[in-house]
Amino acid sequence: MKHIISLLLENESGALSRVAGLFSARGYNIESLTVAPTEDATLSRMTIVTSGSSDVIEQITKQLNKLVDVVKVVDLSEGEHIERELMLVKVRASGKDREEMKRMADIFRGRILDVTDKSYTIELTGTGEKLDAFLDALEEGVVLETVRTGASGIGRGERILKI
Amino acid sequence: MELTGAEITVRCLADEGVEYLFGYPGGAVLHIYDEIFKQDRVKHILVRHEQAAVHAADGYARACEKPGVVLVTSGPGVTNAVTGIATAYMDSIPMVIVTGQVPTHAIGQDAFQEVDTVGITRPCVKHNFLVKDVRDLAATIKKAFYIATTGRPGPVLVDIPKDVTTARCEYEYPQSVSMRSYSPVVKGHAGQIKKALGLLLEAKRPMIYTGGGVVLGNAASELTQFVRNLGYPCTNTLMGLGGYPATDPLFMGMLGMHGTYEANLAMQNCDVLIAVGARFDDRVIGNPKHFFREDRKIIHVDVDPSSISKRVRVDVPIVGDVREVLAEMNRQLVASTQKPDAAALKAWWTQIELWRARDCLKYDRASSIIKPQMVVEKLYEITGGDAFVTSDVGQHQMWAAQFYKFDKPRRWINSGGLGTMGFGLPAAIGACLANPGSTVACVTGEASIQMCIQELSTCKQYRTPIKIVNLNNRYMGMVRQWQEFFHGNRYAESYMDALPDFVRLAESYGHVGIRVDKPEDIEGALREAFSRKDELVFLDFVTDQTENVFPMVPGGKGLSEMILV
Repeated sequence: MKHIISLLLENESGALSRVAGLFSARGYNIESLTVAPTEDATLSRMTIVTSGSSDVIEQITKQLNKLVDVVKVVDLSEGEHIERELMLVKVRASGKDREEMKRMADIFRGRILDVTDKSYTIELTGTGEKLDAFLDALEEGVVLETVRTGASGIGRGERILKI
Repeated sequence: MELTGAEITVRCLADEGVEYLFGYPGGAVLHIYDEIFKQDRVKHILVRHEQAAVHAADGYARACEKPGVVLVTSGPGVTNAVTGIATAYMDSIPMVIVTGQVPTHAIGQDAFQEVDTVGITRPCVKHNFLVKDVRDLAATIKKAFYIATTGRPGPVLVDIPKDVTTARCEYEYPQSVSMRSYSPVVKGHAGQIKKALGLLLEAKRPMIYTGGGVVLGNAASELTQFVRNLGYPCTNTLMGLGGYPATDPLFMGMLGMHGTYEANLAMQNCDVLIAVGARFDDRVIGNPKHFFREDRKIIHVDVDPSSISKRVRVDVPIVGDVREVLAEMNRQLVASTQKPDAAALKAWWTQIELWRARDCLKYDRASSIIKPQMVVEKLYEITGGDAFVTSDVGQHQMWAAQFYKFDKPRRWINSGGLGTMGFGLPAAIGACLANPGSTVACVTGEASIQMCIQELSTCKQYRTPIKIVNLNNRYMGMVRQWQEFFHGNRYAESYMDALPDFVRLAESYGHVGIRVDKPEDIEGALREAFSRKDELVFLDFVTDQTENVFPMVPGGKGLSEMILV
């Protein structure tokens, strides 16, 4: 099962490699990983999308907690949460497809950021599933390039990850 | 007054109370060595290879309760040390390793003797630091000692670029450390402890299984009291030997791949199992699928939450310092009106005694060729069971574990987790320095001893009167045993051809060598060796090449699937 794990870690060089190294050394999956400093510049916030049985996820959270640079770990999937990912996708948009592509972007609430006479670059945010759905909905061969940030997650309501 | 980074490094070690520093100089640490030269609070032990520096610090840490401390240079100094660091990491040994690094401006330039030390060691340390600013140096070293010695102990590395050792700042050694990201749990959860005791007192077939955590957590006396309060059978892992007195009737011997018949069967057939400072690893329970039993309840006490429910599902997890938790359990047991089920316990012991009667460690005592087991038995007798015994890795290690009855903790020093050949001799140096005047024996084999044989020179320099008990069967014995059992007797590359004459080798390093090839000479040779109180004696026992370690649980099998002699 897919899990979204959020962590706060010391904003120090090497902290990211400790997390990434842990996943590869112990054979855990990483579907995506995003990290950036928080409003407190000494801390980074990381969101990891991973999958595994409940035993594996339990081990992942324990092993993450064991890293000396990690301050806090939360499995967001255990409760209500919001998940968003950003995708930039460059698509072929010429001839009769041009209008259709604009419509598809509108349907998925995408924004066209860059236009040439042959292509659009579309920005799309949503859950990973929504971004997948957009790509699936396009005709074969129109996608020229994609780049995705991986998911960021946050708890709903009063669920707050802070030190 | 401002001090240089090199002065600060050495001052920190002295202020931390470091007695011995095990190391080897080189370019990146020359300024630090210069400061070592100018002081006498920290004594430096010069090894002959960096791996041995780490093993010696490791042996020192295991033999006393203090962390081992190492100093090596950048590049090859570090890569040589990695085996030692990984050994310490796998066995959770508290240690601080100070490494030199190329100057900060040269980092990343593929400079002479540069390696990414923090990157290379990251998977085999509890934590590591690269100090880029001399103003962070003292605080970082303090943190390193704090992290290494608290919670589940482990090696912590501090990498110091050469320019940081010449930069200056005010020195003040911090009195305490507080880290928001690191705060190990000490006290066990009261509710969980209560639940565990409830389960234990209702058990029909209880079993107490303890590991290295009891030894490292200094909880042996609490464990002994706990076992005696309950009257339940107790087994120790390879790392846990000495945690419970081996000569006590409640002791079942070691369990695991080469554990006793009774310990393994009791482990497999118990209905309530309490694991203390142990981690159900593959050499202990074999295949978790075979180990699993629906009707068995498991209580697990460990300071490291990630050790709990890692390989085996646990019913009552208790995270905490094992000594604290056992002490609390003892208090509650003494106060409790409920007592163990006497009738059930009697039946359980009757069953255990039947298993014990199988005498799984028997061997041919009348053999005209030296049986390695007999050498260890005689070693036990002659040292009165009170020696510090280090070992290398292989058959000799298992025989030492099976036949030397450790009644006290920290007496048995071996590389259990990583299984590092070459560990025994340097670890014995550390054990000697930690306990001056004590008897220290290194049980080894002719293959293992050659992996750090150069340390005979260190032994001469520092006059460490180790007694090396070399069980020389001219084979990598454990490899040979697996090849006999599982590879159709094809002894691929496991025969040790062209061995040195160990007696003359020892003599050339300035030690005493004795060769023994008849069983009737074992005792006399050992007596002679141990009577030479101030000398290192290398005892080369020519042993039976065909002898195997029994019982044996083949890899991937369950504990009850033992090969017996």
